[in-house]
Amino acid sequence: MSAAAPTAAAARERRRRTRRRNLRRHWQLYLLLVLPVAYFVVFQYVPMANNVIAFKDYNVVDGIWGSPWAGFDHFERFFANPVAWDLIRNTLMLSLYGFLAGFPVPIILALALNEVRARFFKRTVQMVTYAPHFISTVIVVSMLILVFSPRIGFMADVLGFFGVSRNLLADPDAFRSVYVWSDVWQTAGYSAIIYMAALAGIDPSLYEAARLDGASRLRKIWHVDLPGIAPTVVVVMILSVGSIMAIGFEKAFLLQNPLNLSQSEIIATYTYKIGLLSADFSLATAVGLFNSVINLILLLAVNTVSKRVTGNGLW
Amino acid sequence: MTFTTARRAEPEAETPRPKRRRGTQVQDTRVDRVFMVGVYVLLTTFLLVVLVPLANIVASSFSSPAAVAGGRVFLWPVDFSLVGYEAVLGNESVLTGFANSVFYAVVGTIVSVALTVMIAYPLSRADLVGRKVLIAGVLFTMLFSGGLIPTYMVVRALGLLDTRWAIILPTAIAAWQVLIAMTFFRSSIPGELYEAAQLDGASELRFLWSVVLPLSKPLLAVIALMYGIGQWNSYFSALIYLRSEELYPLQLVLRDLLIVNNSGGSNLADQLAAQQMADLMKFSLIVVSTVPVLLVYPFVARHFTKGVMLGSVKG
Repeated sequence: MSAAAPTAAAARERRRRTRRRNLRRHWQLYLLLVLPVAYFVVFQYVPMANNVIAFKDYNVVDGIWGSPWAGFDHFERFFANPVAWDLIRNTLMLSLYGFLAGFPVPIILALALNEVRARFFKRTVQMVTYAPHFISTVIVVSMLILVFSPRIGFMADVLGFFGVSRNLLADPDAFRSVYVWSDVWQTAGYSAIIYMAALAGIDPSLYEAARLDGASRLRKIWHVDLPGIAPTVVVVMILSVGSIMAIGFEKAFLLQNPLNLSQSEIIATYTYKIGLLSADFSLATAVGLFNSVINLILLLAVNTVSKRVTGNGLW
Repeated sequence: MTFTTARRAEPEAETPRPKRRRGTQVQDTRVDRVFMVGVYVLLTTFLLVVLVPLANIVASSFSSPAAVAGGRVFLWPVDFSLVGYEAVLGNESVLTGFANSVFYAVVGTIVSVALTVMIAYPLSRADLVGRKVLIAGVLFTMLFSGGLIPTYMVVRALGLLDTRWAIILPTAIAAWQVLIAMTFFRSSIPGELYEAAQLDGASELRFLWSVVLPLSKPLLAVIALMYGIGQWNSYFSALIYLRSEELYPLQLVLRDLLIVNNSGGSNLADQLAAQQMADLMKFSLIVVSTVPVLLVYPFVARHFTKGVMLGSVKG
């Protein structure tokens, strides 16, 4: 122990010198970092700190730090409101439905595209199905309203053919399906890209071997393709499960109308309404914080389980 | 071989005829051919599901007001006319919104790309002291964010409410893009180049400007497009931070016109007086607002695929 002390001190001294030399040599790199780091501090980390008002009775006069503490009052206030459970249920159901419907489709699409040899057909399908990804949410929702409009929309005629004559956008029970399947419509093609990339990376000798063994195409997909893309599938799955509570504000808010509110009011839209429309900052922050924390816990849990079970994780 | 005969006990396995007919192509058994038919049916269905609504919108936008309001348009314009476009392009709030969106997209993209390079390049350098902490700081913002109200309070405290900066600054850097850029710099800028530049006495900034950036054109194209399209399509920041209509980006104008149906300016009220015209205008509006994205789309489709793959290489 005593013999090690001087060497440790020397090492520390050496490290300090390297650090100083590093700073001298790299000062321009640190200069570059100033503005972006300022961005992250101001627009990411200060807001995180501002979450403290979830535990205070915020008022403009006293400011964030001067306002009196309120403990968990706002959280209690939220959960005492029967609306809370509706919101949580709506949020979870919408995300789970979205996950169950949206997760397998891109995989199936990629596996199917991978079988196609006709280049023109393959490229056409890819070009067309990527396109909706680049259309804005406002436009997608507008399109939904127009094509499902009982008066002018063609989808209303299609539904009428199947004996459905109501306006789906005014029907609370149809809200989730409209939301989820229009999402699939918009994102499935683009989400397939990542699986296509994974499929392209599979060792060709595996296909060779499968062919020699006389495997049918279906068997080849089962025994070569699926194991080949499994790590990608796991990562995408963790990311989607990890964002289950983080379901976006934008589309739900636009699809909302007074008729479907019982199903379409989710935590994100509720936070906006009580925060910015009713100006109850503390309550809105508490609800938002509750949401973020649950989400973070979910993500960490899924990642841990996945690492344990499959050996694949985000980090 | 035994595996093959055991599995292929169907009658067609014994008949040699199909083999000859198909020449050198890989042998497809009957099961496989049925399977391929299924694949093509599946992909064609998907193609049509994506294409038909888009085609319907475009066809409607080129039809006459009466045909649209009567719900008579499906995939081809009925009573071809351009009055929908004339009305849209003569609408003041649409034109203002369009101009604002161009401004937000161009300035926002420049700011975002600059900041992203400024943080991603230094962090891609393995010899930079403090790099790990900073990377962790960036990544953490992907897991946990400040939330709506806490961020709003920062924007308000900075006096950015109802200014153009509120649209550009709070979302200036996306952690995901930083990750993509970092991975790119690390994997495609050879260390030898840096050593050579050092020997020639080039400073860090000089090296970044004259060597790294010219070599990173594909990356810059990808992140510029992602930021640009993201900014063009977003309405959330504008909804929260803007009050003055003359600052509204196109998406927020569209929301008012297409979804909320509150017809803003008085000028517009006149135009919306005729219900038929209003219906037609919606279709034309959708097309007009999506054109800028469609113009870059062929370029985008090629590069975005690369972008997704850049991102999928774990850093």
